[in-house]
Amino acid sequence: MQTPASFEYERATSVEQALALLEQHGPEACLVAGGHSLLPMMKLRLATPEVLIDINELPDLGYVRVEGSEIAIGALARHVDLLASPVLREHYRIFEEAEHVIADPIVRNRGTVGGSLCQADPSEDLSAVCAALGARLVIQSAAGRRTVEARGFHVGPYETLVGPAEMLVEVRLPIRPGAGSAYQKVERRAGDYAIAAAGAFVVLEGGMVADVGVGIAAVGAPQFTAPGAEDYLRGKEPSEPHLAEAARLAAEATAPAVDQRGTVEYKRHLAGELVRRALRSAAARAAGQEG
Amino acid sequence: MQVTVTVNGEEHTSEVEPRLLLVHYLRDHLGLTGTHWGCDTTNCGACTVWLDGVPVKSCTVLTAMASGHEVRTVESLEVDGVLDPVQQGFMQEHGLQCGFCTPGMMMTARRLLDDVPDPSEQQIREGISGNLCRCTGYENIVRAVRWAAEHPATEEAPA
Repeated sequence: MQTPASFEYERATSVEQALALLEQHGPEACLVAGGHSLLPMMKLRLATPEVLIDINELPDLGYVRVEGSEIAIGALARHVDLLASPVLREHYRIFEEAEHVIADPIVRNRGTVGGSLCQADPSEDLSAVCAALGARLVIQSAAGRRTVEARGFHVGPYETLVGPAEMLVEVRLPIRPGAGSAYQKVERRAGDYAIAAAGAFVVLEGGMVADVGVGIAAVGAPQFTAPGAEDYLRGKEPSEPHLAEAARLAAEATAPAVDQRGTVEYKRHLAGELVRRALRSAAARAAGQEG
Repeated sequence: MQVTVTVNGEEHTSEVEPRLLLVHYLRDHLGLTGTHWGCDTTNCGACTVWLDGVPVKSCTVLTAMASGHEVRTVESLEVDGVLDPVQQGFMQEHGLQCGFCTPGMMMTARRLLDDVPDPSEQQIREGISGNLCRCTGYENIVRAVRWAAEHPATEEAPA
């Protein structure tokens, strides 16, 4: 039987209370929402927090809504909420495609966007989605709120900018009228972590790429992205040779680790190919075609 | 710590360790062994129960998290000797072999049919993709869920 090490349980009913509990208990306290990353790690004793602060009952933190020229997503929005969100489907198909291949429907009922990002697993799909879209993340502490770029949020594997007495409360995405977006993932079996995954958005003006974002998961791309590929594509026609070169540059930006999911060469090749497919699909959608 | 969990409509108050997982609370404290304890890693779905009407894998939910909430287990499907159409479907279509995955499969299927009363084969396959059958009896499980969709609850149990 896998049993977590002993801990104290607290239940927060407001963000302020959760932050006060974090202050009170210090760095050995941990927030838990869906728990679908943290509890398995606790069962394996890879994580041994002394205090768990349950934030599932925080009111009004599960929203997905348009606010001016941005989409705001509350940190407690569950994967199933993102998958079903009409707002995200309208503006960013990448979410639906990524969520559809995150774990399985029962896990998606429970896991949250905030938990996924803060877990900072190098294979986390939503980290790649947020990197591709240039999301901004809102972090709250007793002192107030600060906003950081998703590209810069990850300090390293399983480490983020969120301090011990802070909490990620919101994801903000710029709305880009006319943007097409897509997500591509290869996994060993349904519901597994990615061998490699890539997402992209493209905005076209006069047939040329006016704006583009690339996100890559599971293959060691710094900050889950590949700026070189984006810079290369801007101002160019999204033709097959240009997409191929962008994919090559993206693959070059990865640093995969060899493991049971594949060799370095295979993963790098796969990452490039998935970037190419995501860009191709995003560009087609931006052009108003089925992608 | 003290928890109060409503399970299948009945309120239970118990003294538990905060680290007690819901699956073990249901099985060991309440004796509701219909919920199976399988992989222990959130993969297999044998431990699927409803938490506030939503299927969850109870090996990855703390009992403490369920305190003040409603849990529904496979034991609730049969009412006064009448099997739920999902249970009847599994019987009619031979939807189980060893039976280990069955409680989780049925709880997932019941929710799926409540949300999508007439699901396509693809919707059923996706719906149960978080529940693994090591006997690989998926063909008949899909047929069992279809059977339940075609025989909603008001009908008499088959003889």
